[in-house]
Amino acid sequence: MSALSERPDNPIVGIPMPHESAALHVTGEALYTDDLVGRIAGTLHAWPVQAPHTHALVTALRPEKAYEVPGVVRVLTADDVPGVNDAGVKHDEPLFPTEVMFHGHAVCWVLGETQEAARLGAAAVEVDYEPLPSLVTVQEAIAAESFQGTPRHLERGDAEAALEGAAHVFDGEFEFAGQEHFYLETHVSLALVDEGGQVLVHSSTQHPSETQEIVAHVLGVPSHEVTVQCLRMGGAFGGKEMQPHGYAAIAALGATLTGRPVRLRLNRTQDMTMSGKRHGFHSTWRVGFDDEGHILALEATLTADGGWSLDLSEPVLARALCHIDNAYWVPDIRVDGRVARTNKTSQTAFRGFGGPQGMLVMEDLLGRCAPLLGIDPLELRRRNLYQQDQTTPYGQPVRQADRLTACWNQVADSGEVARRRAEIAEFNHRHPHTKRGLAMTPVKFGISFNLTAFNQAGALVHVYKDGSVLINHGGTEMGQGLHTKMLQVAATALGLPLSRVRLAPTRTDKVPNTSATAASSGADLNGAAIKNACEQIRERLAQVAGGRLGISPNDVRFDDGVVRGLSPASGEIGWNELVNTAYHQRVQLWAAGFYRTEGLHWDPNVMQGEPFKYFANGVAASEVEVDGFTGAYTLRRVDIVHDVGDSLSPLIDIGQIEGGFVQGAGWLTLEDLRWDTSDGPNRGRLATQAASTYKLPSFSEMPEDFRVKLLEKAHEEGAVYGSKAVGEPPLMLAFSVREALREAAAAFGPAGSSVDLGCPATPEAVYWALDRARTPQAPEAAPSDADAGAEPAMAGGCASWRGK
Amino acid sequence: MSTPATPGVTVNGDRLPLTGVAAHTTALDWLRGRGLTGAKEGCAEGECGACSVMVARPGTTSPTEWTSVNACLVPVAALDGQEVVTSEGLGSSSDLHPVQQELAVRGGSQCGYCTPGFVCSLAAEFYRPGRVATDEACDHEHGPNGVDLHALSGNLCRCTGYRPIRDAAFALGSPEDGDALAARQQQPPPEPRPTRIAVDGAEFVRPETLTETLALLTERPEAQIVAGSTDWGVEVNLRGRRAPLVVAVDRLPELRELSFRTDYVEVGAALTLTEIERKLNGRIPLLAELFPQFASRLIRNSATIGGNIGTASPIGDAPPALLALDADVVLASPRGERVVALADYFTGYRETVRAADELIRGVRLPLPLAPLVGFHKIAKRRFDDISSVAVGYALEITDGAVVQARIGLGGVAATPLRAVATEDALVGRPWTEETVRRAAAVLAEEGTPMDDHRASASYRSAMLGQSLLRLFHTHPQTHPGRQEVPA
Repeated sequence: MSALSERPDNPIVGIPMPHESAALHVTGEALYTDDLVGRIAGTLHAWPVQAPHTHALVTALRPEKAYEVPGVVRVLTADDVPGVNDAGVKHDEPLFPTEVMFHGHAVCWVLGETQEAARLGAAAVEVDYEPLPSLVTVQEAIAAESFQGTPRHLERGDAEAALEGAAHVFDGEFEFAGQEHFYLETHVSLALVDEGGQVLVHSSTQHPSETQEIVAHVLGVPSHEVTVQCLRMGGAFGGKEMQPHGYAAIAALGATLTGRPVRLRLNRTQDMTMSGKRHGFHSTWRVGFDDEGHILALEATLTADGGWSLDLSEPVLARALCHIDNAYWVPDIRVDGRVARTNKTSQTAFRGFGGPQGMLVMEDLLGRCAPLLGIDPLELRRRNLYQQDQTTPYGQPVRQADRLTACWNQVADSGEVARRRAEIAEFNHRHPHTKRGLAMTPVKFGISFNLTAFNQAGALVHVYKDGSVLINHGGTEMGQGLHTKMLQVAATALGLPLSRVRLAPTRTDKVPNTSATAASSGADLNGAAIKNACEQIRERLAQVAGGRLGISPNDVRFDDGVVRGLSPASGEIGWNELVNTAYHQRVQLWAAGFYRTEGLHWDPNVMQGEPFKYFANGVAASEVEVDGFTGAYTLRRVDIVHDVGDSLSPLIDIGQIEGGFVQGAGWLTLEDLRWDTSDGPNRGRLATQAASTYKLPSFSEMPEDFRVKLLEKAHEEGAVYGSKAVGEPPLMLAFSVREALREAAAAFGPAGSSVDLGCPATPEAVYWALDRARTPQAPEAAPSDADAGAEPAMAGGCASWRGK
Repeated sequence: MSTPATPGVTVNGDRLPLTGVAAHTTALDWLRGRGLTGAKEGCAEGECGACSVMVARPGTTSPTEWTSVNACLVPVAALDGQEVVTSEGLGSSSDLHPVQQELAVRGGSQCGYCTPGFVCSLAAEFYRPGRVATDEACDHEHGPNGVDLHALSGNLCRCTGYRPIRDAAFALGSPEDGDALAARQQQPPPEPRPTRIAVDGAEFVRPETLTETLALLTERPEAQIVAGSTDWGVEVNLRGRRAPLVVAVDRLPELRELSFRTDYVEVGAALTLTEIERKLNGRIPLLAELFPQFASRLIRNSATIGGNIGTASPIGDAPPALLALDADVVLASPRGERVVALADYFTGYRETVRAADELIRGVRLPLPLAPLVGFHKIAKRRFDDISSVAVGYALEITDGAVVQARIGLGGVAATPLRAVATEDALVGRPWTEETVRRAAAVLAEEGTPMDDHRASASYRSAMLGQSLLRLFHTHPQTHPGRQEVPA
């Protein structure tokens, strides 16, 4: 057991407890950025002028009429930017563009005394556009060879030769949709120049340090003149990793120019039409199996739809390539990846960060190939699971393959999968118009930022003279329970009851140069940094206590606010008294903590190395029921066993697993992003730009029976108090839902039907799938092809099968 | 018109004046501007429920009922004289309300942004007078404590996956003795009172009587009529509509009656869907099928039957059912009343025969009711979605033959319409699979469905045909004759 992972006696970590802000959440007392507006007098409100073109040059911009609207204070344009007119780190995102790159692109912003004034002012701004040809779908971009960033290539062995020798070879094409984050709190920033002349930006951001950097470069000032604070976010899911920067910069620019606080809050439509989403992907693949269904080789090309600028598309693509294997051993493999440039919002991080897209290609092809191989899909998946110490295509050993098997077996046993599948077969036999399906899928997800430098974190821990403790760390709270875990870590490390520790909002002037709270790494990184800071303080206090108790500092133990030696005979001293004593001995009672993840290396150019500290593992079994008249379905039961290491906070972790799963199920089965792909006047416009047209899961989509268990005896040597990351991996357990739908749809047809299922598998997509299954002679014209104005993501792609 | 009292709203027990409030100001913006920032804006169109608050409204089984509503859709002026409770009013972090307690300790909040809205929707269900604990009839949507999860059908959570919220909902007990909000339900609801608020040339007016209302509509044909204002809110928030005059009709007694007559049931236009659902209590089976599929509980608590017809949307949920029921619309104006068949009411996309000075007073549903009914709504999501297509059926089958058939369709044309050709293909023929398959082929060709983000035209057409097959599959047997409806 490593020093990092070892737990003391009576740890506070591991105790199930509600979110640290739960009582504030339920009463409405919890404050979010936009709730601060009423506390700050004289705040101005910002409103964007959004271009009604998908691609166009801005040939003239005349703000004069806006100033005729009562209450309009200022129109912000490119001429106002003292620093760099760019909102990103790649310098490909002009904050005030001269070329409109997507429908709804903001060309300038209006500040008003009220939101109403700003809105009316924005409507009065006159802009002349020269429309340009646009690329809206990823297919159009591929045809036009419109790509951006660096293409990536991942290879092991000789896939082509292996395919040549494989007993069964199949190929296919699969395009699937992205996903809107739909955090309940839209993007919001509130900026002001504070009493010290510093620009203070309250921002709903996962990445305060980068928000600070962008604000500073837009304002043309050094970073130390800007402080970004994030109290909490009303959800983020990756959507606030890069995307908040530009909005924060607009607010900060407005505040410095007018001398008044500026609030910029997007309404839902603005948020959906302007901010980036999960990348949709296009893929082509060839896969080879032996007669027993073992995967021999895979060749694939993944094209991510990056939208108009790079944002995080390159690392998203890298993670997609690294996760195309999901949990399966693929001896020979060649995967090419590229980022398409289209006239859409700039797609960005979203829980899983490309991992889900890579894995979906694999799970989809397994679901399609299993019937063609004559192998039960459940058995096909089980048979290909990684074995101990096999390596991934990028050369990292899978050291805990036994945990994958353990999760699989536990789900199969506790979920009574064999018995239920027999019952389902019986049910399906008796019900011509209703069919059920049950599928199991695994997840193996790499934890750490692919970019090694991001795997560092800082913390600041203060012990005040009265013994109370205040902690700061670089991570942000978006609902995932990071702060709850960090309080538990600090209390454990200092041997204090939780009530003695308080956590202050994340601020760049407390902990600098932080990484985004992303990649599921928040607790790993910041927890280790807090533990490091607490241990520095504890060691100093142990010296003081050793002197008082007359024992070696090495024998001093901190537990529940009492400090004592190994032997009861040595007596004890209360925490507060010890702190007070230490103060008078002029012992430093605060510390900065730091952590860097050890053992990582990665060469992005050859896509080889050990980019991940460890893998998170999990398995899900989902059972669905499908109505043959409509394609509508219900999720009857879900069983999950997931590996979170030794949980830091079990109630929080269960919540992450359940929430991630349902969010993943939303992406795969319900949430239907549609852009207007026609040549009509609204070409390129997001058709689903409101909650009324973009449907996320509600109560009606949650599993009727939802059983989640944490894998036991799952200590993780490499992470704080033996825990594992949990934020992203469970999202991908939802593949089991889509695969169960495929099986239920297949049950409408003759045994062994291979079913091509659209993604998202909406009731309509499921209906066409089951209708094709039950009417094998149905004409090839896929009904969704007739769906003018629809994203081709509707179609499952047209796989051409060939056995060999 | 009598002089209105000084406008004001009682919020969490405090009476707050409504001064300087624009006619388009929503209750949500007003509350947040007063520092009550618990309720949030998540979508501004009544879809997410983050803005849910409770309003003391007339009850059906108790004098008053705490009713959850979307604060983002209600003009705050419409709350003049009323009582509102927000998450802040239910409890504080040092003294949690039972609903807040259960949600907090069970992990019912993660980011917490949607939580105050869930709290209010769930508190309304906690206090619902008809809620009784039962060990039977429990399922994943109905708790042993009588909680109906549909109470939360208009609340979205992006974090939890809902399981802990369901557990919290099903763990709730009953209000304790002395619970002030429970006691409030036993007292009369706030009296409706006339309101007139004018700011910057825009007015919100709640006339006291129907006569006043009709006179005002005659004088000001540009008036925007609102009842539950669930459409008004969307127009104001998303499309920037700023009507010079908003006239509220939701409290007019003539529009709030539900009565059984010899030949018909009359349903007041300003009754909310929830009120109709509770008052009918299953006595009109076709509507009983419709209600749970009509938007969400939050919307049904405000939306009225008159409003659903008045907006004349081709995808409104009520018209297909009402067409199948052969409903009539009662239109009132200073010239008197006229009765128009609903089938003749819609004339084009969001256009009707209603004149500017006419007000929908009610809907008449002829008796006796057809015995074989069904309401099929096709949508992506089961709770709270807009239909791709909707079909209402009312059939009478005697001696194995279809003697009467009325089929109402939504989502297949610019207006809701009757599936006349399909009806012809059924009437006079035996209720057999063969008849149904032929008629289903006809039904699939009714209307001119379109492609959009909700569904493809081909799916819409397919669903029409499948719908009739599904009806037959559900009701393969012939049925007894017409049914009497107990008043």
